[in-house]
Order: sequence, then C-alpha cells, then structure tokens
Amino acid sequence: MSASAAPAVEFRAVTKRYGAVVAVDSVSFTIDKGAMVTLLGPSGCGKTTTLRLIAGLEIASEGTILIDGTDVTQRPPTARDVSMVFQSYALFPHMSVLRNVAYGLVAGGQARSQADRAVREALDMIGLAGLEDRLPSELSGGQQQRVAVARAIVLHPAVLLFDEPLSNLDARLRRRVRDEIRDLQQRLGLTAVYVTHDQTEALAVSDRIIVMDQARIAQQGSPRDLYREPASRFIAGFVGEANVVDANLLRRDEVGAVVSLGDIELRLPHRGLTQGPVQIAIRPEAIHIDAGQPATPVLPGRIVRALFLGDHMEYTIETAAGALFVVDHDVDRPRASGTDVHISFRLSGLAVLPRL
Amino acid sequence: MQPLRPDRPTAIWPILGWVAFLLLPWNGDDPGFFAFAWIGQYGTVAGAPALIQGVALGRPWLLLLALPLLLAMPAAIGASSRRRGGSWLVAAGSLGLALLLVLALSIDLRGWTWQLPAEWFGPLPRRNAGFGAGAWIYGLAALMMVCCGLAARGACGGDTTVTCGLGLVVAVISLFVFYPLVRLGLSAVQTPRGVFAPELLWQRLIDPRIWSWRGIVPTTILLGLASAASSTLLAFAFALVTERSTLPMRRVLRTLSILPIITPPFVVGLAVILLMGRNGAVNRLLEWAFAIEPSRWIYGFQGVWFAQTLSFTPIAYLVLVGVVQGINPALEEAAQTLKASRARVFATITLPLALPGIANAFLIGFIESLADFGNPLLLGGDTEVLATSIYFAIVGARQDRGVAAVLGMILLAAMLTVFLIQRSMLANKAFVTIAGKGQTGIAAPLPGFVRVAAAGIALPWAALTIVIYAMILFGGFVENWGLNHAVTLRHYAGAFGLEWGPAGLRLKGQAWDSLLTTLRLALIAAPLTALIGLVTAYLLERQRFAGRRTFEVGTLIAGAVPGTVLGIAYILAFNNPPLELVQTGAIVVLSFIVRNMGPGVRAGSAGLAQIDRSLEEASITLRAGTMATLRLIVVPLMRPAIIAGLVYGFVTAMTTVSAVIFLVSPGIMLSTVYIVNLAEAGTYGMAIAYASVLIVLMLSVILGIEALVGERQIGRRDASVVAQGAA
Repeated sequence: MSASAAPAVEFRAVTKRYGAVVAVDSVSFTIDKGAMVTLLGPSGCGKTTTLRLIAGLEIASEGTILIDGTDVTQRPPTARDVSMVFQSYALFPHMSVLRNVAYGLVAGGQARSQADRAVREALDMIGLAGLEDRLPSELSGGQQQRVAVARAIVLHPAVLLFDEPLSNLDARLRRRVRDEIRDLQQRLGLTAVYVTHDQTEALAVSDRIIVMDQARIAQQGSPRDLYREPASRFIAGFVGEANVVDANLLRRDEVGAVVSLGDIELRLPHRGLTQGPVQIAIRPEAIHIDAGQPATPVLPGRIVRALFLGDHMEYTIETAAGALFVVDHDVDRPRASGTDVHISFRLSGLAVLPRL
Repeated sequence: MQPLRPDRPTAIWPILGWVAFLLLPWNGDDPGFFAFAWIGQYGTVAGAPALIQGVALGRPWLLLLALPLLLAMPAAIGASSRRRGGSWLVAAGSLGLALLLVLALSIDLRGWTWQLPAEWFGPLPRRNAGFGAGAWIYGLAALMMVCCGLAARGACGGDTTVTCGLGLVVAVISLFVFYPLVRLGLSAVQTPRGVFAPELLWQRLIDPRIWSWRGIVPTTILLGLASAASSTLLAFAFALVTERSTLPMRRVLRTLSILPIITPPFVVGLAVILLMGRNGAVNRLLEWAFAIEPSRWIYGFQGVWFAQTLSFTPIAYLVLVGVVQGINPALEEAAQTLKASRARVFATITLPLALPGIANAFLIGFIESLADFGNPLLLGGDTEVLATSIYFAIVGARQDRGVAAVLGMILLAAMLTVFLIQRSMLANKAFVTIAGKGQTGIAAPLPGFVRVAAAGIALPWAALTIVIYAMILFGGFVENWGLNHAVTLRHYAGAFGLEWGPAGLRLKGQAWDSLLTTLRLALIAAPLTALIGLVTAYLLERQRFAGRRTFEVGTLIAGAVPGTVLGIAYILAFNNPPLELVQTGAIVVLSFIVRNMGPGVRAGSAGLAQIDRSLEEASITLRAGTMATLRLIVVPLMRPAIIAGLVYGFVTAMTTVSAVIFLVSPGIMLSTVYIVNLAEAGTYGMAIAYASVLIVLMLSVILGIEALVGERQIGRRDASVVAQGAA
C-alpha cells in the first residue's frame, strides 16, 4: 500500500470523449477511504462513464486518475485494485456460484483450495452458504445480486464499484438489499462508489453524494447538505422534490437576507446571493396548512387538487407566489379541493437559489 | 490485496525467432516440411537453417537475420521498462520483416534480381527454393514482436492479445487475399512472359468474346438473372407452402433445405446429366414413346440454368422461410379487421412486407450463380460463363494468364458490386417486422389462387429434387446409365475397394487417396477457419482501435472473393520463389480458410451478439486478462457457435471445387476435383458413387455432431451464412 493518507480515488480534471461527444467533462473529485460515495444523476449525465473510468473499462481522454495515490490513468482494469458489481450482475452462466466467486482469486494466481476457503467465508458472511454448487440460473434475483457482491468483495479491493446494483430487483426487495449493501460496506470498512439515478437510494446509502449533470459535477456533499442547501434549481429538483418559485432578495446582512415571496417577507440564509431577483426552493413537506402559528407570516391560497395516498396527502395550492405542491402527513383531516387555506413555512425547508 | 500483474512483453516470440533462425530449414523443399526429408539434408541448402547456410554454405547475408533477434533480447527478458522495451520490440520486429521483404524481392527462381548483391556475393544457382518453415516462422515471430511491442507502448489499450490477433488477421488477409489480387491485377497488364505491357489490358478487355451478345459477360449476367429469378420464385412458393399452408408434407420440404449444405454444387449437375443427358432416363423415355432421337439438348445455357435452379432453390428457401415467419400476423389481422379480403391482404400486406426479403434472396441467388463453377463446367457445353472461362484460359489450349486475370477482375468486380448492394439492403433491415416482443395472432390464410399456385409450383419441384437426390444415392449402383441398368457394386469397389494383403489392410480403390487427402486438409483447415473467424469477429464486435473501419471493409472484401478468382490469383502469386506454395497442401488449406472467412466472421459475430458484454467486463475487472477472458468466458459460452463453425468449415472444405481445381496437383488431389475429372472423362458411375459417399459422409458428420452436442444448431444456421459458402 502506498501513502495511507492518500484518498482512495482521486480524479484530476478527467475528460472522456467519444468522437465529438463529451461524456465526462473535466471532472475532479476525491473519495476518502472507508466512505461510500454515490454518483447520482439523470441518464446520460456521465455517471456510469465515470464509474467505468475508475474501473479502467474506459480510458480517460485527458486528466489523471489516482487510486490509493497511484496514477492508474493508462492502466487496464486488470492492473487496478478495484472490483465492480454490474447492473446485470454479469454472473458467468456456465459456472457454479463457487467458481463465479473464486474467479477473481484464481485469475489473480491463488491456488484453488486457498481460493475456495476465502470464497466459502465470503458466502457465509453474505448469507449464501450452501448454495456453492448452484448455477446462477438456479438462484433468485436477490441471491444472484448477493453472489455478484460476494464475487467483488472477496478480492478485498481498494475500491468497490456498484453500477445501479438494485435496478433489476423488485421494489420490495430493493430496500432490503440496499440496507444489506450499506451494512456490509460499513462492517468491512470498504471504500465504495455507487452509481444510481434513484435519489432515495442515494440519500439512504451514501456518506457523500456527487450529483452529475450534462457530463459535469453539479454539486457534491453529504445527503443532508444536498437536500438542505441545493446549489441550483436542478439539484433542488433532483435530490428530493421542490417547488421552485420566483422571489426577490430585498436586503441582506452578515447572517441572512429578507426575501419577498408573494405578499410576505421571509428571513432566510443569504447563501452568498445579493440583492435582486432570486428563486426559492420550497420542500413540499416544509409547507404547513392552517397551522395557526402567529409568529410566521402566512400566505393565502386555494386548494386546487387533493390526493389521498395512504400515509400522506398531496395538495396543489394556488397562491400569489404560484402553484405549490404540498405533502401533508395529517391524513385524518383531509381538505377538499376548492377550500381556501392559509399556508406557512418551516424555514429550514427553504433555500434561496440564484435566478437563471 | 490481490497481487497485480501487468503483462510484460513476452519472450516467446524472440525465442521462436531464434528457433526458426537456428534450427528450422530456411528453404522449402518439395516433399514438404512434415515429410521431414530436410533432416537428412541438414548440411545442404535444401535442409539447412539460416545459421548454417550463412556460416558454411556461402550465404552470409542470412546472418543479418540474427540482428533483430539480438535487438529484441533485452526487451524480451524485461531488462528495460515496459514502454522502452516495447519500442525496442517494435524496432526489432520491423527490421526483421524489412529484411525478409528485401530478401524476398532480391532472390527469385533464377537468382539475384538486381546487380549489387550479385557483385558482392557472387551468382546464385539457376534454381532457388522458396521460403521454408524457418522463413515463415521467422516472419511470424517478427510480426508478433511488432504487435507485442505496440501493445507495450499502449496501442489498443495496451492489450497484447488484441494487437497480436489484429496483426495476425491483417497479415493473413494482406498476404493471402490482397497480395494475390494485386498479382492478378498485374498479370492483366503483362505479357504471358511477365513483361509490362499496359496496352494489352485494353486489348484483352475489348475482346468481343467477352462482351458480344452471347459473349461471356452477357451470358453470365443472363444466367445469374435467370437462376436467381427461378430459384427465388420456387423458394417463395416453398416458403408459403411450408409456413402458411396445412399440407402434410411440410416436414419433408424443410428437410430438403439442408441438402445443399452437404452437397457439392456440381453433383446436382452430375445427376442432371444422368437424368437428362444423351443416355439419360428422359431421353430414353422420349425415344421409346415418340421415337425422338436422343440428343445433347441438356448441355448449354438451359442445362446450367436448370441445375443451378435445383442447387440454389433450397438456399433461397432458407432466406425466405425467415422472411415469411417474420411477417407479424397482427398486421394481417389488422388488415382483415379493416375489411380487406384474403386476396387484398396478400397483395397489400403479405407481399409488400416480404418484398425486401425476396429481393435479398434474389441477390443471393445471383451471387451464387456468378460464383458457381461446377455446374457450368459439366453442363455448359459451348456456353462459357466468367467462372469457367477463367479456368479455360488457364488450362485450355489458348492458355493466357493475362486473359484469365482480366476475366477474374471482371468477375470480382461484379461479385463485389452485387455483394455491396445486398449488404446495404440488409443494413436497412427493412423486412424485419419482428420487434423482439412475442407475436400473437394467427397468420391470414392464403387466398385460394395463391395457395393453388404455390402448391402447384412447389410440389412437383420437390418431387424432382427428391428424384435428383435418389439419382445421386442410387446411380452408383447401376452398371452403366442408359445402356445397362444391371445392379452392380463395381463402381464402389473401384473407388473404395479394400484388400487384405501380406501387409494387412490395403486401400485398393482409386478414390482413397483423394478422399483421405481431402479429409486431412479439411480437418486441418476447420479449426483454423473457426479460429480466424472468431478472432476477426471478436475484434470487430468488441474492440475499438484505429482503422477499425478499414479493417472491416478488408474482411468484407476477403469474404466476397469468388473461388475461381482466388484460385487463379493463388497460382499467379504463389507459383515461384520466394513464396512457393503451389503443389503443397498448405495452399489448399489457405484457400479453404480464406474462402470461409466471410461465413466464419458472420457466424462469430452472431455468436458474440448472444453474449452480454458485461460478462467480459466483469471478468476483466476480476483481474483476468483478455486471453484468460476469452478462454474462460467467451469460448465456453460460444461453444455451440464454435462447433457449428467447425462443422461448417469442415463441410465446405470437403465440398468446394472452384478455388481448389486450380490448386490441386498429382500429389495433392481432392475429392471434388477428382469427381469432376471422372465426370469429364465420362466415368459417371464412379463419379456418382464417389459423390454419394461424400454426401453420406457429410450427413453422418453433421448428425453425429448434433447427437454429440445435443443441439440442433447446424441445420438452422442463418441463410446468408450458407449462401456465401457454396460454389
């Protein structure tokens, strides 16, 4: 191992081009050891290409990639200390579970008996003991997924890569497997990079999220930071849901700013913005209906749509600031469409954004 | 942590180079390498390796060949960095190849080709041998050194397997397709003695024998159009009957479609002669019934047309069956619900959707007809087509290689044109209406007149095909067709007789030699054919490298060269030192490999398309290199495709005649050529006996492998693969 202080993965201005198309555009980031970092973004944003650049399945057009402090930019996948869990799992259909999981160890030159012992340990740990001799086609989707994970972790890679590992599972299984992956990663202290387009998944498993959009990094930070302080309208809409409405920043001081929204004025952190037109991202659950808290300003509005969704209500409320989408967990007092209401805001669920 | 193993430039190629330089005979000898006669002549020019020739036999220039190998040694043992070592290997390998090229250009059959070395080293003997095993392997080693070196310098992602595979395929195509074609082109502008005379090209090109009405080119095109049209029409009728009718004979008709794969095309021509030739059953019947004098009316355009239609209908059927199956019944149902009658549904939905497929079948039939050599040879009479005229320009009384070269280039141009039209049409895939989802619905019944017409065309023709094949199978048991119909084993005994002698079992029959030679060469060619097809397909499908497009076009052209053209080009290119291969088994094997390259690549691509790319990526991220990934993942998963490729390579090698008829020699006689010779000599009984043995042999190979593998891969191969391989 080289200098232990080095981050597990470092990208320095990495660009990947296919002809005229730029798939990854001058991207820089670091991933600390033992962290689970998610690459999140809409399809075609370059997140999977970034993952494949780490794996060495693509070679960067420009820039430098370091793994454990070593420059691996030009190295093939076989000479990088990473392993990957594929979206399709990519289990070798003609090999048993045992041979699949032992594949990397044997290819790396280990004796079969030694490899088999390590494989049995890994299968034990992941809850697949007893299935060694099955073929992948004889396993359920969840089991196949775990074999794919076992095959990757048995190599004890410096970085473990996940390419949308849950997308082939049904919704119920998805949450369980997601939590298993997170537990395993924390238990073994693995460094992991996880690609997904599902923001809930990203919020649930990550120490840190890197949001990508149009081949660039849009924002990176902890799940909480991204949710509470989105840097742009795109982030506000992509990480969680948000109403983005136009507003005016009237005046600011060291701590905060006074922003006018419709007829009311709100005091919010200024986040470096100056006087003038801005936007505010309002989380749907940060809007209270008829809460009757006299201290905060209220905005009058009318409910134009009301939906019952079991554990919560969804309303669309027409206001002077525009139509707002509201999530209300009070299902015992549903409000009918057409009702006039007064809304107030939980200010921690609001963030000012630059107006574009 | 797993140990990481970056691959280093390997030492194996320089070592192989040393073996070639120090131990193997540098020059070729007539008995061939595997006769090991060279061991007895180790001290003479005939059997000595380059080192001994250089030191003791007065050929010091050969010692220069050690220089590249010395240069490569530090890199090979890993004494320098990967990148530096790579540069050294590239330099050393290139120098080795350059030295070989200079040698090849400097010495021909008659000695030095230029003055300077003759002054330095003195004259050479009047007869010089071509490159032998030592030279060929030295060249291979040098080429692979360049490839490994390029990989070490980062080419193709630093992947040695990819650069070496690419180097190998490019070398094979360049040396055994494009170099012969260039020699063919040169011959067209040379006198028969090899003097450059560009005005001859024009003279040869405007020969009225080629262009006049009833000349070679119009006849060839007319025959191609006629055969393609008739076989497509028949095949479409067949396809409608087997796919859209309830006739009980459908299985029988489908079985007929496998026959052309295992039948040498000219054997159909042979059966036609037995049936309709001067002494054929038909003529006898006419004479008996109407007192019509038996004549040779079958020989000529109409006979070739008839035989080609018989031969190509099953091929077109394989295409059209897929097309008819591919028409989504939901579309026809939709038309029916829109109040269209059966006839209207057929005319406005079924037929237009099948039309692009019909056009494809037509073009395949045209290509087959252009390339067909055996049928025009046997049945053409005075009618010459391009393929046969090339042959007669080489072996006939008016022997002129220049004329043969011009005709060969015309045929090649025609072939490539039709081939490109067909490919661009297939690229649009206009006739595919399957969307990957399950199709529901029931195909519309055929309108009455179409059903009657299709059955009326298909069934008599099927009966005729069965008669023809019965003819082939039983014709060998008849004393003398048309004259004496006594049952006899004479022909089989003459061809395949066995005798117990003092030395044990003796193969007395006259056909054994050619049959065993053919088997041996086909068995050598099949794995090499499959290998090069698989490697090429893998490079095209799974690798990105500079010049990939050029590479693809090169392989396409290589796959489209007609057998006759390849045969004549080989004669022109490999008849003299330094590349003297004519009269060896090697040139026959090479022609098999090149001829089957197109189908091999297509089969390989189809097989690779079945394998999810992420399996290979998973293997590579699990530290297995490209070579290990191929061995452990790709090859096992492609096993059915590889086995089908092996069988196909073997079967086509056994049944082809067009290229090898130029390449056989008294020592290397092949079954198909032997049968053609028997037929030309009028020994029809033995010819047909031999042909039936060949067909039964092929059939048992296919059925045996099917039983062994347990999968019905072979009969259902995609039709375009079949179409390119015949002739």
